[in-house]
Amino acid sequence: MPLDQTPLTRGQIDHLRRWIEQGAHWPTNLDNTGDPKSTHWAYAVPVRPALPDAQHDDWPQNGIDSLVLAKLENHALAPSRKAKKSRLLRRLCFDLNGLPPRLSVVDEFLADQRPDHVARQVDRLLASPAYGEKWTRTWLDAARYADSNGYQADQFRSVWPFRDWVIDALNADMPFDQFTLEQLAGDLLPTPSLPQQIATGFHRLTTCNVEAGVDPEENRTNQVLERVNTTGTLWLGTSLACCQCHSHKYDPFTQQEYYQFFAFFNNTPLEVSGEGVQREFDGPKLELPLARHRAQALEHLQLSKTDLEKTLAEHSQTLEQQQATWEATLRKTLNTPVAPDKPGKTSVTQPLPTKIADVLAIARPERNPQQSKQLRKFYFDQDKTILKLRTQLQTVQQQIAANQPDTTLVMIEQPSPRSNAVFVRGNFLDRGKEVVATTPQVLHAWDPTWPRNRFGLAQWITSPANPLTARVVVNRWWSEFFGRGIVKTVDDFGTQGAPPSHPQLLDFLATELLQAAYSQKHLHRAIVSSATYQQSSRMSSRLLSEDPENKFYARGPRQRLPAEMIRDNALAISGLLVQKMHGAPIYPPQPQNIWRHVGRNAPKYEISSGEDRYRRGLYVVWRRSAPYPSFTTFDAPDRTSCVVQRASTNTPLQALVLLNDSTYVEMAFALAQRILNSGTDTTTVEKACFGFRLCLARHPEEKEIHQLVHFFEQQRSRLRADSDAVTELTQHRKFGGFDPVELSAWFFIAHTLLNLDETITK
Amino acid sequence: MHPLRTPIETISRRQWLQSSSLGLGSLALANLLASENSSNANTIAVPHFAPRAKRVIFLHMVGAPSQLDLFDHKPTLLRHDRQLCPESHLQGQRFAFLRGHPSLLGTQFRFRQHGDSGLEFSEVLPHLATVADDIAMVKTMQSEHFNHAPAQLFAQTGFGRFGRPPLGAWVSYGLGSENTDVPSFIVLITGSVAGAGNSLWGSGFLPTHHQGIEFRSQGDPVLFLSNPPGLRDADRQQVIANIKALNEAQLAQIGDPEIATRISQYELAYRMQTAVPEIMDLADEPKHIHALYGTQPEKVSFANNCLLARRLVERGVRFVQLYDQGWDHHGRVFDNLKKKCKQVDQPIAGLLKDLKQRGLLEETLVVWGAEFGRTPLLQSNGQFPGRDHHKEAFCIWMAGGGIQGGQAFGSTDELGYFPVNNPCHVNDWHATILHLLGVDHTKLTYKFQGRQFRLTDVGGQVLQPLIS
Repeated sequence: MPLDQTPLTRGQIDHLRRWIEQGAHWPTNLDNTGDPKSTHWAYAVPVRPALPDAQHDDWPQNGIDSLVLAKLENHALAPSRKAKKSRLLRRLCFDLNGLPPRLSVVDEFLADQRPDHVARQVDRLLASPAYGEKWTRTWLDAARYADSNGYQADQFRSVWPFRDWVIDALNADMPFDQFTLEQLAGDLLPTPSLPQQIATGFHRLTTCNVEAGVDPEENRTNQVLERVNTTGTLWLGTSLACCQCHSHKYDPFTQQEYYQFFAFFNNTPLEVSGEGVQREFDGPKLELPLARHRAQALEHLQLSKTDLEKTLAEHSQTLEQQQATWEATLRKTLNTPVAPDKPGKTSVTQPLPTKIADVLAIARPERNPQQSKQLRKFYFDQDKTILKLRTQLQTVQQQIAANQPDTTLVMIEQPSPRSNAVFVRGNFLDRGKEVVATTPQVLHAWDPTWPRNRFGLAQWITSPANPLTARVVVNRWWSEFFGRGIVKTVDDFGTQGAPPSHPQLLDFLATELLQAAYSQKHLHRAIVSSATYQQSSRMSSRLLSEDPENKFYARGPRQRLPAEMIRDNALAISGLLVQKMHGAPIYPPQPQNIWRHVGRNAPKYEISSGEDRYRRGLYVVWRRSAPYPSFTTFDAPDRTSCVVQRASTNTPLQALVLLNDSTYVEMAFALAQRILNSGTDTTTVEKACFGFRLCLARHPEEKEIHQLVHFFEQQRSRLRADSDAVTELTQHRKFGGFDPVELSAWFFIAHTLLNLDETITK
Repeated sequence: MHPLRTPIETISRRQWLQSSSLGLGSLALANLLASENSSNANTIAVPHFAPRAKRVIFLHMVGAPSQLDLFDHKPTLLRHDRQLCPESHLQGQRFAFLRGHPSLLGTQFRFRQHGDSGLEFSEVLPHLATVADDIAMVKTMQSEHFNHAPAQLFAQTGFGRFGRPPLGAWVSYGLGSENTDVPSFIVLITGSVAGAGNSLWGSGFLPTHHQGIEFRSQGDPVLFLSNPPGLRDADRQQVIANIKALNEAQLAQIGDPEIATRISQYELAYRMQTAVPEIMDLADEPKHIHALYGTQPEKVSFANNCLLARRLVERGVRFVQLYDQGWDHHGRVFDNLKKKCKQVDQPIAGLLKDLKQRGLLEETLVVWGAEFGRTPLLQSNGQFPGRDHHKEAFCIWMAGGGIQGGQAFGSTDELGYFPVNNPCHVNDWHATILHLLGVDHTKLTYKFQGRQFRLTDVGGQVLQPLIS
């Protein structure tokens, strides 16, 4: 199978042929080729490295730099100079908060000459609630968070409280071991708190198929398989998926071990219910307590409902009596039937509908229930009071429904455990050898005091003896900052993955995480405080030819922003961003006809009004069959399976989004107004500078400002002479009291600025 | 002349494009400089051998039409119409809707042999029957899934759950594009979206630019293609020129080749703004072509999408995927089939004939199929007979590039339930399509999560008899 190796010799092929003819028995003990603990670096516990001496010893700010520098010097490379202040601040703001710096902050920072001015900003950014929002997005990709089930019809599920739990946990700097434990097994804590139960929504985020005739057990098995694979990738940097069907070809995991690992997750209830053909998404849900104002509102509504029901009942009684009288009167004149004269006076002169007249002709005791009902309905429907009462009741009922407590998906254990077996060739109906929950032999030992369930598994995963978890996690964070992991294959620490470019640096960071009691913020602070991170990202032709991927870190990181951040950034620049946190998903404008699924309970996209249009991308509703289109264009995944690193492509469709999506046009007009608002007595140059700095933080070069001002003046003189063009461009837009020509001319500048490569790059 | 220096005069798109050094040279350079921030160092060298087809048009009938009423003629089934199905056929079978002991349902349509080859078609496909000798019919295709969404994923990605790339993305990844003005994998849809959603043309674990791009029949043909209201073409030129000038300043300062790529992508976006509407505009097609397909330019239809497919392959698009919704006939299967076939029969036959008369059929592979087939068993009451989902044997066909037309491959038992010979797996189907494109399906791989993945997973045999 390795495609890049030399082909097998004839002798080897013969050997294999004979082996197959003899039954192709696979050795049960794969260890006999050598102990993987000593042959593969990732299975040995990380050891804190000694920091090397380097020539450039005034450069390092912390241990990261010493290790990076040693490698640089080995390759005869020198670090770049420190990034300019405004560029560095912008980088820090995006990496820690996912939002650009405010201009006032930039100015303060530029003026700040204190030696710890960078550290102060880092502290501020780590303490900002936007920090949790920024880092939650990455975790949601990994956790395959979405607001819908996936598959046919792709109905909604309510699990956004999990997203909010992640935000809060990251903001509180919940230690990563606790973060792990609560998500994998929060329900199995002795007395789990509400947030700890919400956290278990993590493994409920798998897709679920509720198509007609789905086998609920098959669906459940698929979900458990998916949980095993996601856990393997996220915490062990190991794709266990191969072992679903056969023992791993390269890595020391057997098929039996896969199902032993599977057994930890296999004690969950079915998530598809329904007898016969119709299926529903099901499984454990948690009702969240209502906020006090909503609880009061609900109580009030319940009282109104009781009152209304009572009034309605009383009035119905009265009407029933009247109906009897009306019938009696009318039956006397059946030959010339007329509608009731009281109530429902409007219909006095109208003849009775034939159907009603027919029923009326039948004596009361002889009518069947349906006929009685029909007649009652006819009579009652003429009464305005009853119609009004019914409408009121309906409204109250709708309000009650809208004020019900929110729910979220959670995980629970079955009261009686399932038996576990190897699925022969991965087929859930073909059960082989019985197994019990156990972790792979090649990894660290199981502590017998741990329970053999998800709770014990979480303890095993976060045990300091685990050689993988800390490395895998710091590597993922590192790749988020630098665009490339120390182990490039962030999802694979196995023998087929890339070896670490800086093994000692990886171990330094992993041990640092353990020493800092799993503090994510501590690690992030260490990374951004390093001279390595703070370098200029300028690429000289030498650096470009000798280290195009920047794997030696002779320059600072430079990457395009991820999808949500591109939108958040533009919202912030244009002054439209609403930093309201938490809550149900939002529906910002998207083109029509994106959600085209049909079928049972298929949700509809109703564009939010008000502030929900302008909140961060993290809160945008995520429907798996059709995610927010401009996000997809900028490489957002479909959230159907675990993704630990997004691609970063550069395509013409991305240009079309930023140029033509009405969302970005709206932002450009808002930015134009913001520029005009910056002062009545400022010059064009000052205004252009202001707009430029809103987008890029730095001051423009002379050439750049000249370009913008020249473009502005061209547009303004053209538009002054062409009022039609102004009208076309600005119709249905808010003017904010500005001269339409000025606004339009600035629109072109704003539109240009929002499309710059640098604007969408950190 | 550089557009920045001719600010107020409006020059035509064409002039501008010609003047702004946007020849293939700069694009090729941009592609060369473009980097994919993926965790893989995936290098591929394809085609592996001389291709028989350069492009694919894949017609997916969403919901799964009944092979027993279109292609797989079963007189015995008809003789036993409405009789109980033999127990032997039902052992171990699971169904989406059917419960209890079901009865058999024979076809109500007449079958006849066509062409020199004598390939059989039912009466509801009179047009397709006229190109019988171009078609290689597979009667024994099998799926592993009997629910729509998983089976659609399986038919497109070779895997019944989410996360893997579809055929079109693999082909784009393997063979790239012949035309840099349009994407290499384009999707055309009639009716609502299939159950598995946009993932059917996503990129799975492949780099995202291999995902299919939907050309929509209403609104902007490509999302965000049109300029915003009031922004004229001249304005667009000005804006792009200014973005370019500022990006160039940054490129000079920072030196990141990604900036050069970004510049060229804005120029390509501008070209797409012209190229795509031109492709989508069917008005310039002559009358006899419209008559051939049965198209009406203003009306959204499957026929229009067939004609568009031809226009796209003509312009070098590598993979055109059509989805047509409405083939899930649990009830009134005969009425519904008649109605649906009326919509697709003439356009599909028209497409094959049109490709042929232009000499394009030789190098264009046309694939017709669905996620599964339908049962020989009756579903619902006798008044509105329908058929349930069937994965044990169904029909798909291929024509054009490298296909030996006029043959049926594989046969089913007398009830059309199981194959009696040559059972074909979806992996085989995919392997054959790739083979015709000059790609060895075992060698087109992508490393993801520690494993070399391929479209055909660990299976797939090229169906050699289908190949001319």
